[in-house]
Amino acid sequence: MNGAILTLENLTVRFGGLAAVDGVSFHVEPQTVHGLIGPNGAGKTTAFNLISGLGHQSDGHIRFDGETIDKWPSWQRAQRGLARTFQNIRMFGEMTVLENVLAGMHAHVGGGIGATLLRLKSFGAAEAAAIAKAREILAFVGLANISTRAGNLPYGDQRRLEIARALASDPKLMLLDEPAAGMNPSETSGLIDLLLRLKARGVTLLLVEHDMHFIMHLCDRITVLNFGRKIAEGTPIEVRSDAKVIEAYLGTKVAERLEAGARVR
Amino acid sequence: MPAFLDDFLFSYQSLIYALGINGLLALSMYVVLAIGQLSLGQAAFMGLGAYTSALLTLKLGTPFALVLLASMAVPALAALIIGVPTLRLSGVYLALATIGLGEVLRIAFVNSELTGGALGLSGIPEKAGYAIIFGALLLALIAFVLVSRSRLGRAMEAMREDEVAAGMLGVHLPRYRISALVVSAMLAGLAGALNAHVSSFISPNDYGFDAAVTILSYALLGGIGSPFGPVVGAIILTLLPEVLRPLHDFRLVFNGLIIVIAVLFMPHGLVPWRIGRTGARP
Repeated sequence: MNGAILTLENLTVRFGGLAAVDGVSFHVEPQTVHGLIGPNGAGKTTAFNLISGLGHQSDGHIRFDGETIDKWPSWQRAQRGLARTFQNIRMFGEMTVLENVLAGMHAHVGGGIGATLLRLKSFGAAEAAAIAKAREILAFVGLANISTRAGNLPYGDQRRLEIARALASDPKLMLLDEPAAGMNPSETSGLIDLLLRLKARGVTLLLVEHDMHFIMHLCDRITVLNFGRKIAEGTPIEVRSDAKVIEAYLGTKVAERLEAGARVR
Repeated sequence: MPAFLDDFLFSYQSLIYALGINGLLALSMYVVLAIGQLSLGQAAFMGLGAYTSALLTLKLGTPFALVLLASMAVPALAALIIGVPTLRLSGVYLALATIGLGEVLRIAFVNSELTGGALGLSGIPEKAGYAIIFGALLLALIAFVLVSRSRLGRAMEAMREDEVAAGMLGVHLPRYRISALVVSAMLAGLAGALNAHVSSFISPNDYGFDAAVTILSYALLGGIGSPFGPVVGAIILTLLPEVLRPLHDFRLVFNGLIIVIAVLFMPHGLVPWRIGRTGARP
C-alpha cells in the first residue's frame, strides 16, 4: 500500500444530489496495468477526471507519487508525472504528428522567453534533443508519417499519437480512457502489444475499457465500479467469477434482452 | 530623396503612420487569439498608453524613450489587475469583461480634468516617425516568429486547439493567459503612444468599442495562423477606405462587403499559412 503510485481514499463527487463517484478507494501498484471497469454510467470517466484534475472531488483524497494532490490543477499533476488520453480523442489537429509529440514534452524541454528570443545555444540544443526524443517515441508507438497533419491521420493512428503525446511527458502513471474504442480487432491486438511494451518501459497504466477480452488479457488488477461505488477488486480471474460483478453486468444484459424481445413483438 | 517620393510621403504621411500603428494593434490582438482567448480590451490598453504618454510629454516633459516605456508599463499593470480575477473566464465572458474595462476607462477619460475631458488632449509634439513606428513593428514581428518556432509557441498553439489537453501536458495555463494579456497590453499601449505622438491630438472616443472591434477585424481578416496574418489584415483594412475613395458615398458599403465576403469564404483568413512547422519535412 505504501509503495502505491496512486491511492484514492474515499473519493466522492456529487453533482447536485447525485453521487457520480461515491466513496471509492483503491490503489495502483507501480509498473502494473490496472483496469477500471463497470457498466455505463458507473463513474469511470468521472473518476479519471478527478484523478487528472479536470474536476475536483467533494470529499476524499488522492495521493500520487507520495504527494496529496487533492487541490492541484491538471498542469501541476502533469508536471509531476501524470498523463492521460481521452475517450473522444483530443488531438492538436492542425499541428504535425511530430509537433504533437513535441508539445507533449512541454514540461521537460528547457527554454524560457529569453533563450527563445535570443536563440541562445542552449535553446538549439534543447530543441534538437527534443526532436530526437520525439522521433524515438514515434518509432516506439509505430508511427512513421511524422510530417502529416495530425487531423489527417486515420483513427487508429490518432489513438497511437495520443498515447505517444502522453508518453512524451515522461509519465510515471498514464490514464487511458477507452483506448480501444472504435478499433477493429487487428488494431486492438496491435494496441495490446503497444501497451505491454509501455508497461515493460516502466510506465504504470490505469485504463478504462469496455472490451472485456482486452481488459482480461492486459490487466494485472481490476477495480469494478457500479453506480459510483466500488463493488469488486482483484485479479482478472477473481473479478470474472465475482457474484456482484456478474450481477452488475448480467443485470444490464437481461434488461437488453428483454428490450430486444419487446421490439421484436 | 527624389522629389516625387518626398511629395508622396508628405501627402500620405498620416496613412503610412496608420499602417504601422494598426499593424502593432493587430499583433496585440494576435497574441491573445493565439492562445485561444478573446479579449476586446486592446482599444482600452491603447487609450491608456496614449494618455499616459501624452500626459508625460505635455505636463512633465519626460524624455521620449521613458515616455514609450511608461506607455507600455501602465497598460501592462492594468492587464495584470484585470487579468488575475478574469483568469477563470473564457470565450465571450472574457470579451465582455474586457469591453467593460474599455467603457470604464472611456468614462474616466471623459470626466477627468487631467485628461482634458471629452475634448481630449491636443498639441502633443510630433516625436514619433517612420523609423520608430516601423522599427517597433518589425521587432515585434521577429519576436513573434521566434516564439512561434519554439516550445512556447507550441504550448500557445496547443492551448488554442484544446486547452484541456494542453493543461494535461503540463502547460501552466494561468501563466500563459496572463502573459499573453500583458504582452498584448504592452503592444497596444505602445501603439497608442506612437499614435498620440504623430497625430498631435487624442480624445476618449478614439478608444471606444468601435476601435476594439476594428482591431479584432484586422486579425479576423488576416487570419491567426501566423503573426503576419493580422498585420496583412491591418494593412488592407487601413488602405481600403483610401483605395475606395472614388466610390464616394458607397465607400463604406463596399468596405463592409469586402470584409463580409473575406470572412465568409476565407474562414482561416487571407494568410492561412503557418510558420514554424517543425517536422513538416520528413
